Amino acid sequence: MNAMAPVGAPSLPTAVDYKVYHDTQIFASEQRSVFKGRTWCYLGLEAEIPNAGDFRATHVGETPVVLVRGQEGKIHAWVNRCAHKGATVCRSLRGNQADGAFVCVYHQWAYDSEGTLVGVPFRRGLKGVGGYDKDFDPANHSLEKLRVESYKGMVFGTFSAEIEPLEDFLGPVMRKYIDRVFHRPIRVLGYSRQYMAGNWKLYSENSRDSYHGALLHLFYPTFGIYRQSQDSAGELAEQGFHNVFTVSKPKGDIDYGSFGDEANREMQGAAKLQDESLLQFRPEIEDDVGLHIQSLFPSVVLQQIQNTLATRQIVTHGVDKTELVWTYFGYADDDEETTRHRLRNLNLVGPSGLISMEDGEAVELCQQGTIGAEGKHSFIEMGGDDVRGYYAPMGMDENAVRGFWKGYLSLMGDALAVSAEASA
Amino acid sequence: MSLVEPVLQGLVDSLNAAYGLCLDDDRLEEWPEFFVDDCLYQVIARENVDNGLPAAVMYCDSKGMLVDRVVALRRANVFPEHFSRHLISRAVLTGIDGDTVSAEASYALLQTRNDGETRIYNAGKYVDRLLIKDGVAKLVSRMCVYDTHRIATLLATPI
Repeated sequence: MNAMAPVGAPSLPTAVDYKVYHDTQIFASEQRSVFKGRTWCYLGLEAEIPNAGDFRATHVGETPVVLVRGQEGKIHAWVNRCAHKGATVCRSLRGNQADGAFVCVYHQWAYDSEGTLVGVPFRRGLKGVGGYDKDFDPANHSLEKLRVESYKGMVFGTFSAEIEPLEDFLGPVMRKYIDRVFHRPIRVLGYSRQYMAGNWKLYSENSRDSYHGALLHLFYPTFGIYRQSQDSAGELAEQGFHNVFTVSKPKGDIDYGSFGDEANREMQGAAKLQDESLLQFRPEIEDDVGLHIQSLFPSVVLQQIQNTLATRQIVTHGVDKTELVWTYFGYADDDEETTRHRLRNLNLVGPSGLISMEDGEAVELCQQGTIGAEGKHSFIEMGGDDVRGYYAPMGMDENAVRGFWKGYLSLMGDALAVSAEASA
Repeated sequence: MSLVEPVLQGLVDSLNAAYGLCLDDDRLEEWPEFFVDDCLYQVIARENVDNGLPAAVMYCDSKGMLVDRVVALRRANVFPEHFSRHLISRAVLTGIDGDTVSAEASYALLQTRNDGETRIYNAGKYVDRLLIKDGVAKLVSRMCVYDTHRIATLLATPI
């Protein structure tokens, strides 16, 4: 297939109607069918809440959720919405609730770390006046609880009662790469939050798209650091949802000449880095992989770039409001010098990353450019029109982007059709 | 602690005023010259500092790395076209040790993009150590601790 999709045609993994980035009905459907549907959504890292009572505010899609480690060490997650009037119960980003009780400030309804209602003021009224009916059962008024499962310290939650266990949702291929990063205990180094005026799916495509890597992010070629001799590999989970691609540490000499010719862009190699310690890479996993970017549908990216380790959680605040929460980490046994090295490497990534900051701009450009383009379609056929399990992603393939859409459309198919009818 | 040292106060405030205007006038190539060679420049979220977490979004521990930031910004990085405007408070001197002064100042960084709207892009404080030599203050370290946890789009131009 080579032709552009006709205006108004249904979305395909190779050609998606631009309205998916703008339509508020579609956004509402996504909250139900994707984030609260048959998926496991990333909530945080076990290492962020190491002690009993530790909690961290997080999100599933747009829904505020709190992740808590209970007194017995088990991790729980519940929607941060009081069962009484819907008020936000937990008002801090993180902390420790030593007594394990979360109390809504409005009317003092108290919940335990599992989200079960354990206390209601004046339940029997006062001096025989007021109070709740004697049939009132606190057990029926708990916070909305998520099912929680962890894999290698990454915590996921789901609203779905039917979904398969987390390990099966991730699948053996994705688990193998998660194992790679979490091969020993980690320590959280900090956070950054990037707020993009664009749709969450534009970022989901971006993190799966290796085509743009050396074309949008010009840091490496500007300083003459692009190396054709790098080995790369890409793998997709069976359903297409998740993907990972890796690039091995360069073996050969610098050669960006042929790349420059093909890329239609004058590659500047003249600039020289004053301080190359920024780029230093110290392999610490039993392979030569210097870049590992893994997108787990629908809401997290796991990365190792040089010696930076991070999760990027996608939070959807609206059709054109997407927050990316970067959680940076190192290994628990890092010495001070290793930590400093990671901090130096962190210049490469994140909202101010020398090789990544442009992603925020790309998302916003696509959002702005597709305003009023309902019925028109994107064109995602680099490297073919199919979705394959293995691919060589070194900038020449949009296989994983098609995989995202294949998974997304399988969850959203009916909702998109209904939306199309409604707007017809 | 706040120290009353009119001469040092003047030197630090002058440095801050010139520093802000240098960035706002887009004279980025001059920006590294506000630092000593063996310097540390960081832009870090207040939530990290408050929780004892070290990760910064910019971490440059040499003047060379500052120069690299500027070269990358001019030649490689892609970001929304914008103007910056720093509003920097009078500094509070927090310590004096020989020729080294510690100081803190609040800043508000406004940003105006091509749509013409001026937004509060980043607010925070500078936590500095300065070397006073021959009547001139230079930054040994500057930590920009930002309250504005959400970085709008991206952060390209130094703060």
